[in-house]
Amino acid sequence: MSLLDHFPVLVVLLPLMAAPLCVLIDRPRLAWALSLAVSWLSLAVAASLLFQVLGSGPISYRLGGWPPPWGIEYRIDLLSAYVLLIVSAIAAVVMVFAYHSVAAEIAADRIARFYAALLLVLAGLLGIVATGDAFNVFVFLEISSLASYAVISMGRDRRALHAAFQYLVMGTIGATFILIGIGFLYMMTGTLNMQDLADRLPAVSDTRTVRVGFAFLTVGIGLKLALFPLHLWLPNAYAYAPSAVTAFLAATATKVAVYVLLRFLLEIFGADFSLRAMPLDLILILLGLAGALSASLVAVFQEDIKRMLAYSSVAQIGYMVLGIGLASPTGISAAMLHLFNHALMKGALFLALGAVAYRIGSVALRDLAGLGRRMPWSMAAIVLGGLSLIGVPPTAGFVSKWYLVLGSLEQGLWPVALLILLGSLLAVVYIWKLVETAYFKEPQTAPVAVREAPLSMLIPVWILVAANLYFGLHTEISVGVARQSTVQLLGVAG
Amino acid sequence: MVLIAIAAIRLRDLFAVVILFGVYSLMTAVLFMDLDAVDVAFTEAAVGAGVTTVLMLSTLHLTGRWERRPRHSPMLSLLVVTVTGAALIYGTLDAPRLGDPEAPVHQHVAPRYLEQGPTEVGMPNLVTAVLASYRGYDTFGETVVIFTAGVAVLLLLGIREGPQTKAGRSAIGDQIVLRVVVKALLPLILLYGLYVQFHGDFGAGGGFQAGVIFATGFVLYDLVFGEGDARLVVPPRWLHRLAALGVLLYGGVGLWSLFDGKAFLDYSALAHDPVHGQHLGVLLVELGVGITVFSIVLAIFFALSGRGRRA
Repeated sequence: MSLLDHFPVLVVLLPLMAAPLCVLIDRPRLAWALSLAVSWLSLAVAASLLFQVLGSGPISYRLGGWPPPWGIEYRIDLLSAYVLLIVSAIAAVVMVFAYHSVAAEIAADRIARFYAALLLVLAGLLGIVATGDAFNVFVFLEISSLASYAVISMGRDRRALHAAFQYLVMGTIGATFILIGIGFLYMMTGTLNMQDLADRLPAVSDTRTVRVGFAFLTVGIGLKLALFPLHLWLPNAYAYAPSAVTAFLAATATKVAVYVLLRFLLEIFGADFSLRAMPLDLILILLGLAGALSASLVAVFQEDIKRMLAYSSVAQIGYMVLGIGLASPTGISAAMLHLFNHALMKGALFLALGAVAYRIGSVALRDLAGLGRRMPWSMAAIVLGGLSLIGVPPTAGFVSKWYLVLGSLEQGLWPVALLILLGSLLAVVYIWKLVETAYFKEPQTAPVAVREAPLSMLIPVWILVAANLYFGLHTEISVGVARQSTVQLLGVAG
Repeated sequence: MVLIAIAAIRLRDLFAVVILFGVYSLMTAVLFMDLDAVDVAFTEAAVGAGVTTVLMLSTLHLTGRWERRPRHSPMLSLLVVTVTGAALIYGTLDAPRLGDPEAPVHQHVAPRYLEQGPTEVGMPNLVTAVLASYRGYDTFGETVVIFTAGVAVLLLLGIREGPQTKAGRSAIGDQIVLRVVVKALLPLILLYGLYVQFHGDFGAGGGFQAGVIFATGFVLYDLVFGEGDARLVVPPRWLHRLAALGVLLYGGVGLWSLFDGKAFLDYSALAHDPVHGQHLGVLLVELGVGITVFSIVLAIFFALSGRGRRA
């Protein structure tokens, strides 16, 4: 086997092996340099994987050399290559940003371990996406979850500890539910390999055990996903975590949970079982809408901008789940598109906010007054990210909202389409509050000299902003991949 | 077991609750024994009943013994738990009966493990064969989970020096009888830890259990002869590096086979004879697991015990 054949496992191994190295060297700068190098290498590997998959179809990798279903299989198809690329790209960009931000927010003697934990989150998330084995999903879920509780608790505010603990309790319940679900499936099929499960489940799908396993899995993933009404851990966790962590988690963690949901619902159980035989389509539409609207409404009244955007994340997850609930190719590809676009916009927004926090030490709405003139580049990035969040053309956010509306109209669900537009209107309200304060209000306190953020922060921010605009204008790449992966997923499901 | 669980919920004396949890774990271990899952029972006894109890007690030492009355009503939690429990029971009603040889679990993947395992991997303990070789990547993941937990604790607490960490001072005072007993027991415990570590391919056991047993030996020494003395034997600033080395050893074995042109963690790359390679690989990765588990457990204990009492 040449090195190229090892890419499916290397994309995960790079950050996974670099994490203990970070602990071993225990020097802040070296740890950062290693993390940066590794995340960019992972990105390169993920990009090459996507091209391989586009060229020659899904790749299977046998860990330990054992053939599946006896050993563990890594399986990269279009959907997983797509999500691998998103996660590693965000990680690579955030690592550039992290240098100054982390140095300002975290005690020097903890920085090396902090980067180790951040790399473990990354490795865990990539592992969940790359694997073709249901139990292996659980193992890597544990790695990423434990590490993310640790990095969230590193926030400057002491409330970060409580937020991390709350997330730990909810997340552990979610993980346990997922484990119980996988256990039930194993009990009925005797296998843990995803494709093997998909082959063997239809024969036993009419049993209580499988149905209850399905329910446990859905609720468990729903908890990790912050699906309304299981989202209560998310706003605190995002609001109090260090800036770089918030940007990274907001752009990746829930996206990976959406990926797991898609994988289990559509590939393992199959769309016929999970969205037609079980009444999950309707449940997902209702919960998605309820989440999108209620969280947007709550976001309008937030004074802490990180919290406002965190609620907006809950709302965006609502849109994705809604797309899956539509159970049509358009709806599902809209969900995947929104997964991709939301990673771009929330990444840009939270990074820009991190730059603001780095300079003025606060993310409260009132402290932003007049900042439009003093930090023009950061604030302009926030405005463009906000426009994408609302779904204004020509940003990426417009494309996914468009397909979502299209998907609901296809099914004749025009009230759903109207409610999606209402959600966007709410987004206009809270983004406008931001713009108004930053550009049209005079600072209340005596103006302190606030400079623009350093370039090492602005460049990552603007890479993501540019991506928001690029994928708003050039839709063929993102839409094409989302379409093709939907066809693959539904095709496998029959 | 149900009685113990209910008692643990009702009691407000956390010290008693922790001890009850220990008993509960021991009963669970007995239950696993009854199901012929020797390895799992062993782990449950060592981790659940043994070292977790010690760690929770050291936490109590920091936080205080009595639980405050909860502010919110427990009804919602009770409802969730009841629904979950009902769903679990409902789900198992038409599941295959326990021990049914026709059950899918015994028909699909397992036969190959049982029939080919001894010749392919070359060790009598099939549990170790499955854990360390067939599903070795999962075990690597679990080792990383332990490592992550350790990193998390060190990030949050760090290992501090305090008055109680000076050499010659012990947490429970000078206890002659205990000193004599522990001195006699300690070599046996450590020897047993080594036996479990390196004999996991023949009998029950392996890196996880051995690491815990080994760490327990040090914790015992720490409690009786004083924290300072224990820290002289194993300096805390080495522990996290040792843990990292354990993970790197496991991963390194995998990378070795990767650079040899085989799949990651394909141990047959380690020696000319594939079965011999498997054996060597399992031995090495179990050592990695043992080192990581040992150092993380001890690091967590030091992190907790190094802090002064606040409450």
